Formats: sequence, C-alpha cells, structure tokens
Amino acid sequence: MKSTLKLTLGLTSAMFASTAVSNVAQAEDLTLCWAAWDPANALVELSKDFTKETGIGMKFEFVPWTNYADRFLNELNSKGKLCDLIIGDSQWIGGSAENGHYVKLNDFFDKEKISMDDFVPATVVGYSEWPKNSPNYWALPAMGDVVGWTYRKDWFSKPELQKEFKEKYGWDLAAPTTFDQLKQIAEFFQKREIDGKTVYGASIYTERGSEGITMGAMDGLYSFGFKYENPDKPYEMDGFVNSEKSVRGLEFYKALYDCCTPPGASNSYMGEGVDAFKSGQVAMHMNFAFTWPGLQKDENVGGDKIGYFANPKGPDGDQFAQLGGQGISVVSYSDKQEAALKYIKWFANKDVQAKWWSLGGFSCLNAVVKDPGFPASQPYAQTFLDSMAIVKDFWAEPSYAPLLQASQKRFHDYVVAGQGSAKDALDGLVKDWTEVFQDDGKM
Amino acid sequence: MSRATLGTGHSSDKFHCRDDQVTEAGLTMLNRTADSVARATPEPLARKVRGISDKGLAWLFISPTILLLLAINIFPLFWAIYLSFTNYRANRPNEVVRNVGLANYKRILGDQDIWIAMQTTAHFVFWTILLQTLIGFTLAWLIDRKFRGHAFWTTIILVPMMLSPAVVGNFWRFLYEPQIGLFAYAISFVTGIPATQIGMLSNVSLAPWSIVIVDTWMWTPYVMLICLAGLRSIPEYIYEAAEVDRASNWRQFWSITLPMALPFIMLAVLFRGIENFKMFDMVNLLTGGGPGSTTEVASITLKRQAFESWRTGYSSAFAIILFVAVFGLANIYVKALNKVKQR
Repeated sequence: MKSTLKLTLGLTSAMFASTAVSNVAQAEDLTLCWAAWDPANALVELSKDFTKETGIGMKFEFVPWTNYADRFLNELNSKGKLCDLIIGDSQWIGGSAENGHYVKLNDFFDKEKISMDDFVPATVVGYSEWPKNSPNYWALPAMGDVVGWTYRKDWFSKPELQKEFKEKYGWDLAAPTTFDQLKQIAEFFQKREIDGKTVYGASIYTERGSEGITMGAMDGLYSFGFKYENPDKPYEMDGFVNSEKSVRGLEFYKALYDCCTPPGASNSYMGEGVDAFKSGQVAMHMNFAFTWPGLQKDENVGGDKIGYFANPKGPDGDQFAQLGGQGISVVSYSDKQEAALKYIKWFANKDVQAKWWSLGGFSCLNAVVKDPGFPASQPYAQTFLDSMAIVKDFWAEPSYAPLLQASQKRFHDYVVAGQGSAKDALDGLVKDWTEVFQDDGKM
Repeated sequence: MSRATLGTGHSSDKFHCRDDQVTEAGLTMLNRTADSVARATPEPLARKVRGISDKGLAWLFISPTILLLLAINIFPLFWAIYLSFTNYRANRPNEVVRNVGLANYKRILGDQDIWIAMQTTAHFVFWTILLQTLIGFTLAWLIDRKFRGHAFWTTIILVPMMLSPAVVGNFWRFLYEPQIGLFAYAISFVTGIPATQIGMLSNVSLAPWSIVIVDTWMWTPYVMLICLAGLRSIPEYIYEAAEVDRASNWRQFWSITLPMALPFIMLAVLFRGIENFKMFDMVNLLTGGGPGSTTEVASITLKRQAFESWRTGYSSAFAIILFVAVFGLANIYVKALNKVKQR
C-alpha cells in the first residue's frame, strides 16, 4: 500500500513538475509576426539556433501579403499582445513610432553596442529611422529587399534571336541598362514564338488592391526624375510629383503595360509575376529580390537560364529602385520585451546574419554584404548589391496608408484603365496627397 | 385523413386538434408538465420565480437575445453614427478625437469618386436584378410545367447558389483568364476573336459585365426558387375557370400568372436588391474594383476608406449614408409590395 502511495505521489509530482516546466517554457515563448513568404521559412529555420542558445521558444504568426498590412496594423492599433516581435513593412515605421506601437531601440543599441553604422545605410534610413535621417531607431534592419529584374538568359543567348534583334535595333541583345532598351527588348519578345509557345515581353506590377502598381510605377517614375517633394520645402509637391519628367515616367510605364505584358495582366503583383516567369510566359520579370532565390532554384527557368539586372536608368541617366524589405521591432504592448530584445541582439550577430543570407534571407549587415566573397556567393548577389545602392522608398509618414491608396487609384486609373492622361493622374495625386497632409496638420 | 390524426400519437400532436380537445387532454398535459418543472426547480429559485409576473418572465427569457442584439447590432450602429461626426482614425489611438459636425457628410456628398462608386453600384444592381428576374422567372415558369425530369433539373439549376461566393469568385477568375480560361475560349470559338484579346477582367468595358454575369449565374436560381413558390401558390381552379372562359394561354399568363406571382417576384427583387447593394466579396475577388476604378462599387470604396486609409469617421459617415439609402428605398419598396399584395 505504501509503495502504491509513493508511486502515486511520485507520478503526481512528476506531472505537476512537467506541467510547471512546460508553463515556464510557454511563458518564455516569443511570437514573431511577419508575412507568409519564402524568407519567413528561412527565418523559422534560423531561429532554431536562437532557441538552442537561449532556451526561449519561438512561435510564428505569418500572414499572406494580401492581408499582411490589414492584419498586423489592426493588431497594433488595438494594442494586441499577439506579437512580441514584428517584422513590419518599411512604410509603417512613421505611424508605429508616433503611435507608440514599437519600442524605441536607441538605449538598447547603446547598451549592447549595436551600431547602425554596421548596416547598409539605405536600410537603416528605410527600416529603422523615424523621423527619417535622424538617429531615432525603432527597428533593426532585418530583410533587405529592393525591386529588380530577372530575364531569360537562355532566350537572350539564342543566336537567331540575337541576330534578328541586332538587325532590328542595332545593339546586342543583353540585359538592358536603360528603360528605352528594356522596352525595345520587351517589344521584341512580345507575342514571339519560342520553343513552340507564344511568349510576352515583361511582367510588371499592376495590382490594384494593396500596393502593387505603386511599387512598380515608382520604379519608372524615380528614374525619370520624379520627386516626392521640394527638397528645400517639405510637403511642397506641386511641380515635383507632377513635373514633366514625372509625367514622362508614368507615360512610359503605361506604354510598357500596353505594349509588352501578357494578356490579362491587369492585377499582377509578386505572386502573379513569379507565376508568369516560372511558366515561361515572359522574357523579363519585375519583382522584389526576395523572389530570386526561389527562381534560381527552379528547375524550368532557374540555374543557367536566369539572369538578373538592377532597375534600369531613365533618359537623364538617373537610376533608382523601389525599396522593399523590413526591420524587426519589439512591440511595445508585449509582456516579453526582455526576451524579444534578446532575440534582436542575437539576430544582429555577424554569424547569424551570415547564416541568414545562406538560408535565403537578405542580410543588411555590412560585414556580410561587403565580404569579398559576397558577390560570388549567389548569382543574384551582385545585382542585389547594385540595387540596394540605388533605393528610394515611398512615404513612410504615419499617413502612409491613405497616401498609398491615392497613388494606387490614380496610377491604376491611368495605366490599366486608360482613363485621362498621365498629367491628370499626377495632378490628382498632388491634390489627394495635399489633402492627406492637410488633414494631418502638416500643411 | 384529418390533420388531427396525422401525428405519431404523441400527446404534443393533440395541440393541433380542435379547441375542445385542447381543453381536455392538452390542459391536463400542461398541468402535469408544469408540476414536474415546479418539482425540479430548486426551492430558492422557485420562490423567486413565483413572484414574477408572466410579462416579467417573458422579458426574462428574451433578455439574453435582446442584450446580444443591442451589443452587436444597435450599439455599433449608434457608435458609428457618433463616429461619423468626428475625425476619429482607428490607426491613431493616441490622437485627440474632435467633433467635426457635418464635415464628413459634406465631404462625401461633394466627392466625385463617391458618386462614381454609387453609379457603378447602381449599374451593377440594375442589371443583375433585371437579368436575374427575367431568367429566374422564365426558369421557374418552365420548371412549373412539371415536365419529365423537372426535379432533377431543379436541383442542377440550384447548385450555383449553394456555392461559397469565395469559391465562385476564384473559379470564375480562372474561367475569365484570357490565356487558359474556358470562358474566353468559348467566346473565341463562337466569335473567332482570339481568346487572348478577350480580357473580361482587364478590359474597362467588359469588367463590369463580367461581374454581372457571375452574379447572375450564381443568384438566378435563388430568384427562380422564390418565383417557383409563387407560381405553385396559384390555385389550379383559377386556371380551370379561365379555361372555361376560353382565355388563351397568353391571356392567362398576363391576367393570372403574372399578377398572382408578382408579390413573390417583388420579394425576390427586394432580397437581391439589398444583397447586391452591399455586394463586396465577389467584386473583391474578381476585379478588386479594377481595372482602375471601373468596378469599384460602394462597399469596396467603404472598405478602402475604413480599413486601408483608416478614415474611420469619414467611412462611418459613408456607411450611415448607405444604410439610410438602403433602408429608405427598402421601406418605400415594401409599401409598394404591400399594395400589390392587397390588390
């Protein structure tokens, strides 16, 4: 009887102990929120090392891109405790800083000797600082990203196509360096029969619902001379947003859409672009760099068949590309800020960053991207570096959402629906953006 | 067989019988049930309940439902009315909320984009209702002929309305796809126009019709079902009398079928009108409001303002305007419907 009692007591104690341990472990688990995409899978893999080192478990909340902003901005606005760490889009930084969603990291960086000088400057400005160009840090640059292009190297190297192209345009068929060249190549491939299949010139961003067409059109606009505001007088947009150069840039983007995209590509963004390229529909493909590792590995279009180039130059030689990517922040409503900061410290480590790049993430740490072996580490590494050197970002103001919605509407109305002129669209955009800033009391 | 003998013999069926039977057996049963409930009720509760009037007891029973309705319907409505007079933005929790009076309403009513969205909505509502009523009534009329296999065809016709709008939106998007879509292929086969040129969702002129087609495909069966109920409710003897009077089929249709089925048709139009006025899911899945803003119906505009631009006060005002418009129009319509029924 005694032994049975002892056994029962022992088992009960063991059960209590295991429950307690698991509760402690659960209490220490961190939840990281991000978009559901390839780099997120790489981060899950990478984070196993963090758990091994610290004993802190990691949970992940990944949401598809189409709902990413809605879902997590709602979470932040409602002061939810779901996310301890969040990899928020670069444009959220202003609103998240001003509304107190993110923990300011300056003191933590000072204490842990994490220097923003160790990161690619554009990513620090784009992902971490608010106000921009001021030493106020709300995130650690986590995932460098930028719009660039892929092309079908195997098609470009076909002798008969090279010959025909040279005869028609007078220069060798190769990755374009200017937008004029890009359009000529796209026209050349449009509706061409290759390997018994009709192919098209280029896949570009035209999506209406979230941010697609803005992220695409801006790549043309920047390089044609578009500016968000008067550099000497903030928020003065008339004559900059709707300058003659901007008008030409938007006209060019529409011309590219009209002449050289696959049929029905009127609502195309990252996923549709990847599909078009992977299925062998297009000769060139505009997309964020995060798609490149997946395409490189693709059996049908990857390997030696794919090439990469940075967003081309405009008519005056200006060359810019739309910044993507995100920084990682600690959510101010989290009860586990200490543990979350431990994760940031661990993530900033050079070895972790090197592994991050090797797993398919895009590191922003200078020590990784300026390593002599970096350009040769992946076929797209050099293009990524070239592209990160020419980035520009959309407004990162607290009101970025209405600013983005206005550009989505104006650009889609003109480029896809063909309503009005480029000048009308950009004049309308100045009007919309002015209203937003007036509402905010900034004008 | 009389209705009284239809049941299984269980005592509850007796409540459907004649009044004298109710007084005899029914009351005995009620008393027994009441006694057993009283015995099962704990004494303190029973004491409390005994002091409550019938009306009080009724309120006690319905109060959870009333409270739920107040919490999830009435309170949000009043809250939205309050917000519509403010500059509140849900993404700026720390900002001071100011009363802006009628500014949001003035801005909406003077906004050209809002009027374009309302026109788009009106176009969508008008054409879908027209087509669904015409096709739905015709199908109901054919099904009502009770031809061989009519039950099978009724089931087949009803399938689209049983599908989820999300599923319908997604597979029609593939059907409309100009390179691989069956719809484009079929049109190309008939007209000779290359399928790649049939951009149902990307062409400004075709996109609004693409949504009308899908909505008509999905909801015509619903209209048909209501019309069928109307047609089946017309007593046979009226037609027999018309036959005696040697009224032609055409005359019977215009003088008997249509007038007697009209309240049902009007009911179907009311239901579909209200549904389509707030149509969101299918448009969002098919076109997202594009190309440009060609198919941006009012509900899409509302969603963009509320959850993408985060203009909560402004979008609340827009929601109130839409609510008043639908509520007002529906009320006028119901009055007309009642008049038709009284004829």
